[in-house]
Amino acid sequence: MINPFIGAILFVIFAPVLGGLVAGIDRKVTAHMQGRVGPPILQPFYDIFKLFEKESAVVRPEINFYIFCYLVFLVITGAIFFAGEDILLVIFALTLAHVFIVIAAYASSSPYAHVGAERELLMMMAVEPMLILAAAGMYVATGSFFVGEIIDFQLGGGGLLVTWIPLLFIGVVYILTIKLRKSPFDISTSHHAHQELVKGLTTEFSGPTLGMYEIAHLYELVFLLGFVWLFFAGSPLLGIVVVAVVYFLEILIDNTNTRAKWQFALRSAWLAALVLGVINLVALVLGIIQPGTLGVL
Amino acid sequence: MELLLFLILFPALMGFIFLVFPNNKARDAMVALAALVLIAATVILFIQNYSAGTVMYEIEPGAISMAMMALEVMLALAVLYLAVKYRQWIVGALAIIGTGVVLFAETLFTGPEHMNNLFVDEFTLIMAMIIGVIGSIICIFATGYMRDYHHHHEEIKDKRQGFFFLLFIFLSAMFGVVFSNNMFWLYFFWEITTLCSFLLIGYAWDEEARKNAFWALLLNLLGGLGFGGTFLYLAFTEPSGGLVMLDSLIAAGPAIAMIPAALIGFAGLAKAAQMPFSSWLLGAMIAPTPVSALLHSSTMVKAGVYVIVRFAPVYDASFVGFLIALVGGFTFLLASGIAISQSNAKRVLAWSTIANLGLIVTCAGIGNAAAVWAAILLIVFHAIAKSLLFLCTGTVEHRIGSRDIEDMGGLISILPRITIMMIIGIAGMFLAPFGMLISKWAALRAFLETPYGIFAVILIAFGSAATLFFWTKWMGRLLEVAWKPKPRREGEVSKPEFYSLLGLAAGVVIICLGFPLLSSAVVEPFLIGIYGIGASLGEQNIAIMLMMMVVVFILPVSLIFFRRDRRVIPHYVGGRAATMDMQFAGSMGVQRKVELSNYYFEGIFGEAKLGKAGNILCTLFIVCIGVVLAMGVIA
Repeated sequence: MINPFIGAILFVIFAPVLGGLVAGIDRKVTAHMQGRVGPPILQPFYDIFKLFEKESAVVRPEINFYIFCYLVFLVITGAIFFAGEDILLVIFALTLAHVFIVIAAYASSSPYAHVGAERELLMMMAVEPMLILAAAGMYVATGSFFVGEIIDFQLGGGGLLVTWIPLLFIGVVYILTIKLRKSPFDISTSHHAHQELVKGLTTEFSGPTLGMYEIAHLYELVFLLGFVWLFFAGSPLLGIVVVAVVYFLEILIDNTNTRAKWQFALRSAWLAALVLGVINLVALVLGIIQPGTLGVL
Repeated sequence: MELLLFLILFPALMGFIFLVFPNNKARDAMVALAALVLIAATVILFIQNYSAGTVMYEIEPGAISMAMMALEVMLALAVLYLAVKYRQWIVGALAIIGTGVVLFAETLFTGPEHMNNLFVDEFTLIMAMIIGVIGSIICIFATGYMRDYHHHHEEIKDKRQGFFFLLFIFLSAMFGVVFSNNMFWLYFFWEITTLCSFLLIGYAWDEEARKNAFWALLLNLLGGLGFGGTFLYLAFTEPSGGLVMLDSLIAAGPAIAMIPAALIGFAGLAKAAQMPFSSWLLGAMIAPTPVSALLHSSTMVKAGVYVIVRFAPVYDASFVGFLIALVGGFTFLLASGIAISQSNAKRVLAWSTIANLGLIVTCAGIGNAAAVWAAILLIVFHAIAKSLLFLCTGTVEHRIGSRDIEDMGGLISILPRITIMMIIGIAGMFLAPFGMLISKWAALRAFLETPYGIFAVILIAFGSAATLFFWTKWMGRLLEVAWKPKPRREGEVSKPEFYSLLGLAAGVVIICLGFPLLSSAVVEPFLIGIYGIGASLGEQNIAIMLMMMVVVFILPVSLIFFRRDRRVIPHYVGGRAATMDMQFAGSMGVQRKVELSNYYFEGIFGEAKLGKAGNILCTLFIVCIGVVLAMGVIA
């Protein structure tokens, strides 16, 4: 295992770069799916730099503070994750970060942002059980909550994590759509202009404020992809391939679905957590699932 | 030992003084003084004993037990009188049966009298600190609050003398509950807390208050039968009375102590307002706010979980323990869900209290060392954060004339300091890196160490998602900033109220920063004493937590930077001309005000629906416990 500080520092420095590239590729692929040429790969960077050159106009000065907190805690979330620390702590830090963005939207007192805030909160509620159950599954499979030890377990011949908790992996991919705010679950705010005329959660964020929000989003993107990779960490290269495939699937789903109602998002995410989580965890605890049972790898 | 007796007797004595003392400033000053003395005494007790392990104190029980018995009979007769007067037949019957069974059982014991009647160990000390410090602060708060209360409710008869009498008697009884090793004594104090709470809930004594008070009394007397059953069982199995002592009963192990543990667990479930008993705590919200804070968040309900956690070593890895954990787990999940549908702040707090008690019960039912660690820290964090929230809500209610969360929009600009304290309390209830979350985290880890714990994990995973929702939307509502703030009204808050809030808020912060110390100095030795192993979160995790905490406290500094060089503009209202103070041009040239409100999802999380489901499920689990034990006895 590499030094935890190096993992964290690499994340803090390079996550926006990597995240920006992924977002750029995302836009290019999306454009091709829609029969457009699309922007250059580096467009997300141009966008963010431009945002910081704009005048800072705000509805309430406090909003910037909350968004700054959002950014700081997303960086901390990812840093804890890439330092190989406790996965539950990572999940709790992620929740804390999102509480700040919701409060920023509340504080802007705009009706659109207000509805966005409520919806973002609903989506947080929708994904929370799945994340905690995934962490529980990792613990039961590997005997540790520590990301570093979960990786070591896989490298040390324990088999890929996904072979222990395949259903939980599917569940995580399901809620990933919610976390990435992709259709059909781009419920609090959307990347697509065709989904809504007013931007929901982010309605009142502009200029450098919105810039901070976008950077935070890049950090989150890299962290989430890292979370998916963890299921395949025993074979790092395969993991990267899987992450690429999963992300391509997300783009595909994003472009072939229209926004669902929040009721569906909440119910389906909870149902997925309940069915996939319970079956997988119970099978794991009872010893029904062993790596190799499924004939994978 | 003098200190223990002092803590039990001094509040009672002060109570009797307040009963005859007139309502005036001098009395309020005396209440504050008595509260400070109590705080000092508990702190001294803590410092003297925290490293001493379990200490037993010998007291000749003869005369004291007789006096308690006589008092019990008198109180039962008083309840009977009230029950007949208000035609509460079931309450009357329960009072007779409960007291009758205990008296009958007491005559069956033949052995010599046991001397180790009082004791102190680490867990007791923590409970004593909660009762002594938080309870006393609430009493100080009450002096200011009750003056306002009668100002706002002129139709209610001013019975403040009786009120302070009951508060102090109650504290006295709570000390009795946690210091007693003799379970007959414990039962005596237990019943006194029940009666005090009955009278305090019924303080206004109008139709509704009376109804709710009797309902609380009924359920708690029903739970109290668990003690009667325990005494009967012990009288028949061990007539020498050796097992009536708490320490020897727990040390006897599951083979002997399982049935008493389950019966006392039943009493604890009722007192801790777990489903299906939760309705009494909701009804109790009719009482003045200090009562809610004292009885229904920080002390009385904690007596319920206290006995359950005491018996956790007996429940450890047993089927009965698993069923108790399920009662707690489902209560946590469903009560958290119901809290989403509530807009009345006190009801939100009530449901969240029930939920958190459920979490503690789950930990105790699982019963391994790590779970008990989580349970004890939960008790501490919850007591302090929740009493702060109750008292804040009460203060806010007197200022804005409503306890509805929808009316608290933009409170940060009207009562900034109170609101910040409220937010500290809320953050302490669910957010990393604060209080309750630490215990929730520890609980998750503890459950995974046991074979069936996975079911508890699933319940917690969904339940905590629900808590996230209702706390954040409350916090968001508080922090909405109106453009032209209404005039600040903080000056109207009385001094006793403000300083007790400040004390509790400081307490939340201190306990969040200082919990590793509390854990290593007190909780871990307690666990090692019982299980032979300690439990903790691990140094690395605690270090990261503390680091996050520091970040949270530093971040507000950035506000200074963000306030500079901003152009402030009106918000977007669908392209209509909007003004800074949240108005916009509506159709037909009318200026309209933007009105915002939260989601409540009555249809999904409605109280009637989920409450019913919970009551049925949890009743089923409790019946299962009975069946399992009965089968064990027959076989």
